[in-house]
Amino acid sequence: MRPVSPLGRLRDGLVLVGFALYATPFLWQLLTAFKPEAELMVLPPLLPTRLTWEHFRAVLDQSVMLRALVNSLGVGAITTALALAFGLFGAYGLTRYPIPGKGLLLLLVVGGTAFPQIATVSPLYLLLRALGLRDTWLALILANTSFALPLVIWLLTGFLQEVPAQLEEAAAVDGASRPRAFRWIVLPLLAPGLASAALLTFLFSWNEFLFAYTFTATEASRTVPVALALFPGVFEVPWGDIAAASMLASVPPVVLVIMLQRYLVRGLLGGALRE
Amino acid sequence: MRDRRSWHGLLLLAPALLTLGALTLYPTVWVLWLSLQRRVPIFDVHRFEGIGNYAFLATDPRFWKAAQVTVLFTIASVALEAVGGVLTALALRGQRWGSRVALSLLLLAWALPSVVTAKLFEWLYNPAVGLINFVLGGLPLNWLGDPRLALPGLILADVWRTMPFVTLLCYARLLAIPAEIYEAAQLDGAGAVATLTRVTLPLLRRILLIAVLFRTLDAVRSFDLMFVLTGGGPAGTTETLTVYAYRSLFQAVQLGLGSAVGVVVFALVMLTAWAYLRALRSEGIVA
Repeated sequence: MRPVSPLGRLRDGLVLVGFALYATPFLWQLLTAFKPEAELMVLPPLLPTRLTWEHFRAVLDQSVMLRALVNSLGVGAITTALALAFGLFGAYGLTRYPIPGKGLLLLLVVGGTAFPQIATVSPLYLLLRALGLRDTWLALILANTSFALPLVIWLLTGFLQEVPAQLEEAAAVDGASRPRAFRWIVLPLLAPGLASAALLTFLFSWNEFLFAYTFTATEASRTVPVALALFPGVFEVPWGDIAAASMLASVPPVVLVIMLQRYLVRGLLGGALRE
Repeated sequence: MRDRRSWHGLLLLAPALLTLGALTLYPTVWVLWLSLQRRVPIFDVHRFEGIGNYAFLATDPRFWKAAQVTVLFTIASVALEAVGGVLTALALRGQRWGSRVALSLLLLAWALPSVVTAKLFEWLYNPAVGLINFVLGGLPLNWLGDPRLALPGLILADVWRTMPFVTLLCYARLLAIPAEIYEAAQLDGAGAVATLTRVTLPLLRRILLIAVLFRTLDAVRSFDLMFVLTGGGPAGTTETLTVYAYRSLFQAVQLGLGSAVGVVVFALVMLTAWAYLRALRSEGIVA
C-alpha cells in the first residue's frame, strides 16, 4: 500500500468536513434543542452560552409526545412482525414452490413498491371507519403492513434465492421435514436479510405520515410524525420544544444509521439492484 | 404431486395475498369507483357522476397548476440529486479513511422522518433567525413566504433528504469496479479526466438510471414534506397534485374529486414507471 501524501491527507480531511457540513440541518436543530429559551431568537452568536435540558423536559412533561412515542414504537414493532411473517412465508412460497402465474405476481410485487399512498387513502379511510377502527393502532398496523409487504417480499425473495435449494434437498434426503429444514438451515442463513427487511419496515412505519395523519384523531393513536406536525403553539412557535421533539423523533433513525448501517445498506442495495 | 406442491405454495402466500388484496388492491378498485361519484358528505350529496370529476379537473386551473408544480418539483429534485449523488459518491470513493463516518452523516438525512426534515428546514429558513439567511450575510429573505422562493426552498429540502440514496447506489457500484480496469486505463495513458469520462461515468450509467427511476417515482408521489413545510403555499406555489388531492379529500371533504386527483397521481406514477422501463429495456438493462 502506498503511503498517503500530506496532500492526500488534507484532501481526505476536507472531504470529511464537507460531509459533516451536509449534516448541518440536523446538527443545527440538535444545538437548538439544547439552547436556552432566551437565546433562541437571536443570531449571531452561533453558539449558546450554556446548554439546557429545559426543552426536552417541557416536551416530555406533555402527555402528547410521550404517548406518541409509545404509539409509534408499538405500531412499528407489530407492523414489522406482521409484515416480516407474511412476507417470509410469501417469499418462501414464491421461490421454492411451483406457483401458477409466478412472473405476474412478482411484477405486481415490484409495482406495489411504487404504489402512491395518496391513491388509496380515501377508500382506506372509508373502510377503516366502517370497521370501527378509526383512531386505533390496528388501523395503522393494517395500512402500514399492507404498504410494507411488497418491499419485504421483494427483498426476501432476493435473499432466499441466494440460499441454495440443494441444502434443503440434502436435508430432506437425511430425513428432515421441510419445516425442520426451513427452521435449521434456511432461517439461520437468511438472518442478515431478515434483519435488513425488518429495519426498513420499522423505519417506514416510524416515518409514515399520511396514513397516521388521516386515520388518527386523538392522542390514543397519534404517532410521532403526526404529533410533531401538529405541535401545539399557543401564542408563538415554541422552536426550542419543536427542536427537542424532532430529536426524539430522530432517535431510531440515528441508531439505525450509526449502529446498524451494514444491514440498512444491504437492504437498500438489495431492493434496488435486483433485476 | 405438482398440484399439491402448488397448493402448498399458494397457502404460504395466502396471508400476504389476502392483506394486499384487502388493503391495496380492493381500495384501488374502490378509488376508481369513488372518483366517478360526487360525494360531499357535509351536504349529504352522494350520486354517480361518471367522468364528471375528470371533466371538471380538465378545466380546473388549480389542478393544472398543481400538475405543473409536481412536474417541476420532480424534474428539478431528481436532476439535482443525480448530479449531487454522483459527485458525493466519487468523493466517498477517493476517501482513504473515515468513509464509514461520512456515509453515516449522509444516510442520516435519508433516514429521518420527512416531518422532521420539514421542521429542520422550517427553522433553517426562519426569516429573522434562520441559519440560511445568516450564512447569506443577513439577507431578510422570507423563504417559505415568498412565492418565488418557496418552491426552490422545498426542492432544496427534498434534495437534502433523498440525494444520499443516489450516493449510496453509485458508491456501491464504484466499489465494485475492479482495480485492473483503472490500471489498464493508466497504462493506456488516460489522465484523470479521461478516466472519469471514459471509464467511471459509463460504468455508473446503469445504476444511475435505476436510481433515477426510483427517485422519480418517489418524487411524483411525495406528500409529507410539502404538506408540513409549506402546506402548498404561498399562493399555491408549492401545491403538488398529492397536496391538492389531500385538501380536496379531507379539508374540502369532496371525496369524489379528491379521489379523482389521487387516481391521476396513480396513473402518473404508473406511466413514469412504464416509460422508464421501456428506456431501460432499450438500454439492455432489464430483460
